[in-house]
Amino acid sequence: MLTILFDGVAYGMLLFVLASGLSVTLGLMNFINLAHGAFAMVGGYVTALMMDRLGAPFLLTLPVAFLVPALLGVVLERTLYRRLYGASPLDQVLFTIGLVLMAMPIADFLLGNEAHQVNLPAWLSGSLSVYGVGISRYRLFIVAVCGVIAAALQLFLVRTRFGAQLRAAVDDARVANGLGIDVDRIFAVAFAVGSGLAGLGGALAADVVGGIDPSFPVKFLVTFLIVVTVGGSNGILGALFGALLLGVLDVAGKYYIPSIGAFIVYAVMVVTLIVRPQGLFARGDGR
Amino acid sequence: MSAETTRRIEAHLGRRARWRISEIVFWLALLAVIFAFPSRAALINEILVAGLFALSLDLILGLAGIVSLGQAAFLGVGAYAAAILASWDQADPTLGLAAGALAAAVVGFATAPLLLRGADLTRLMVTLGVSLLLGELANRNGWLTGGADGLEFSMGKVLGRFPIGFTGQRNAALYSFAVLFVLFALARRLRQSPFGLALAAIRENRLRAGALGIATSWRIVAIYAVSAAYAGAAGALLAQTTQIVSLDLFDFHRSADVMLMLIIGGAGWLYGGIIGAGVFIVLRDVISAATPEYWEFWIGLLLVVLVMVGRDRLQEYVRRAASRVALRLARDAA
Amino acid sequence: MSGPALEARGLVRQFGALLATGNVSFALEPGARQALIGPNGAGKTTLINLLTGVIRPTEGRVFLQGRDVTAFSASERVRLGLSRTFQINQLFPHLTPIESLGLAISERNRSGADFWRVAGTRPAIVAEIEDLLTRFGLEAEMDQPTHTLPYGKQRLLEIALALATRPRVLLLDEPAAGVPEEERQDILAALAALPSDVAILLIEHDMDLVFTFATRISVLVAGRLLTEGKPEDIAKDERVRAVYLGEDGHG
Repeated sequence: MLTILFDGVAYGMLLFVLASGLSVTLGLMNFINLAHGAFAMVGGYVTALMMDRLGAPFLLTLPVAFLVPALLGVVLERTLYRRLYGASPLDQVLFTIGLVLMAMPIADFLLGNEAHQVNLPAWLSGSLSVYGVGISRYRLFIVAVCGVIAAALQLFLVRTRFGAQLRAAVDDARVANGLGIDVDRIFAVAFAVGSGLAGLGGALAADVVGGIDPSFPVKFLVTFLIVVTVGGSNGILGALFGALLLGVLDVAGKYYIPSIGAFIVYAVMVVTLIVRPQGLFARGDGR
Repeated sequence: MSAETTRRIEAHLGRRARWRISEIVFWLALLAVIFAFPSRAALINEILVAGLFALSLDLILGLAGIVSLGQAAFLGVGAYAAAILASWDQADPTLGLAAGALAAAVVGFATAPLLLRGADLTRLMVTLGVSLLLGELANRNGWLTGGADGLEFSMGKVLGRFPIGFTGQRNAALYSFAVLFVLFALARRLRQSPFGLALAAIRENRLRAGALGIATSWRIVAIYAVSAAYAGAAGALLAQTTQIVSLDLFDFHRSADVMLMLIIGGAGWLYGGIIGAGVFIVLRDVISAATPEYWEFWIGLLLVVLVMVGRDRLQEYVRRAASRVALRLARDAA
Repeated sequence: MSGPALEARGLVRQFGALLATGNVSFALEPGARQALIGPNGAGKTTLINLLTGVIRPTEGRVFLQGRDVTAFSASERVRLGLSRTFQINQLFPHLTPIESLGLAISERNRSGADFWRVAGTRPAIVAEIEDLLTRFGLEAEMDQPTHTLPYGKQRLLEIALALATRPRVLLLDEPAAGVPEEERQDILAALAALPSDVAILLIEHDMDLVFTFATRISVLVAGRLLTEGKPEDIAKDERVRAVYLGEDGHG
């Protein structure tokens, strides 16, 4: 029982890191970025390839798995995304679906369509027994890393000047500009961090989901959207709670009532949208 | 009152009601293509069915301005309704078509209230969520739907006379053509009607539409159910002409593809879906013949360019080009 | 018809701790020409929204021709004869005036849900569209998309649309707001020509317009009715002067 609960928490934490970037672009910047999963895929590939081809240690690959998609994010944001801030949701949807459709064949062309595995180092394999509860070392590692990231993000957004500036820029870009805030730069940084986190999430998730392959952006797109929808899109904490709730429900559901399976997650999402369109954990009235 | 003003008002309101020559040519050309390329009947049929599916999306996106990422839900419901009926030995295609449209309309009517709250983003998520839920339902109720294996069945003859399916691919295309044309003519009529005008008003300014006494919520529910019925009919056609259904009908990529088709052809003028379906499927056929693995890349690139250049401008171009081609065909024929 | 055309009894609306409307009662007689004035932030917009059903009151009731419509939606109230214009144009940018008016008239006739007949094939509707276009001087641009019309013409269409629902009560929310001087006369003329049996509540900052148009004035301050009376009495009222002089700039 506890093992399942723990697996669920670990899965939820992973979902959180994967989706947190989306909750920034979608929730804060009101940009529907369906290509978010492509950045996660890049991160996953970075880790898999560095370990495979260069023999780099797992831990060393993680910062790179963050940096590469973050850089890619900045480039795309500066050249393409920024033109669509304030465009209609339909345009944003079409544009980002277009990016996904391009990203998948590119990955396929460069790296082939079979899944690339991330082989965990020995110290992260196997499991420990804590008071008779079997806990996978890797999942413990995920919980720890993701927990630190969640805490750091929350502090970053709430306590720092950057966080305040971001919130001001999102609230009213014109006024923020007038106050001397460099809105362009703020958005670019936020987008980069979000993309980088997706990449890191992709690297961490590779083992759990059975490797990274070109269909990754679409396979998990829906999951990301569900996390953000359920968590509510105006804060990191909401996304965290949403991700944990879904992680636990999904793992427990698949274990205990396999005949229902994914149904639970979709149902939670639809019910949330009916009862609280702003998300279960959203504060205030939302929009 | 001046008779001249009265006449101008009547002419203005009825200006889109008459079938123009370019439209008639369009439909005749479509029909001619079926007879001219019997070996490509299966591909043409696919275009016609996809065109109907895209038309269903145009009814809510183009006319009422509601963005949906879950149109596949109704395609799937319609297809399975027709397939299940056929697997129970009720193999008459007309009956299956009606059942598919009706079943989808019921689901559409039941889920439409979910669309009334929230903004575009919420609607995207709700429609997507509903289609995923239905797909999962179909997956879990294998006793009815065949689960992951899908259903195979055989169809009767259309109107008791024309066999469709592998032995009658051209008949299948003609059957789809007839259904598409009838449903298109209905949709065209609906667009000219006061109801269509009210939808335009809701799309343009929902606040003012309500302030004119329009019960906006009910109109949205109504057009969503109609759109669902159209998608259901498309699903039924797809099931009947291929004689197989599988769970991928509910997939996200179906909803995304149909949106691409509609956007390529342009939303709001009803022909966009059919033209877009033609462009999309022919492109896919041509590109995947050259680079089978990577055709999606080109569609993606097309989309990105489309959005960056501006959909309105490109659509205006497609519209003009389409009517120029139709007019030239008419001149050549005359 | 006896009794007031529109009546508010003890309307209260709170937004959290903020009291936007505090116990407002007033009545609008059939055919009235009444104005509602008050400084910015007095709660005029909230009051209109309460009367038209955009928001629900925390307390109190709204009666339309003697019928309690408190629980009715905005569009239901329109069908019962309560119509409004908007301070900021709320038009259909890509529809033409003919289409917009035809739509409003069809809705009033209950033929708006007709999905079969081609719009504009009923002579009665066409005649009424023509009548409204002539009355508001919109014939020249009747078949142009609304967003291409000059601003003053758009303001006129705003009123014409409200009138097309054949209201018994019409709420005009700053009809002259933002209209350039040379087009203002058209608006004033259109207001003067409104049917005399329709009760009108004019919400306006422009005191010239208020005093030419209204035979009765209500003053709203901080969500409450300060006073109500004939224009000459209001003009002399010390409290009203204090409110306006204190606020500065809206004379």
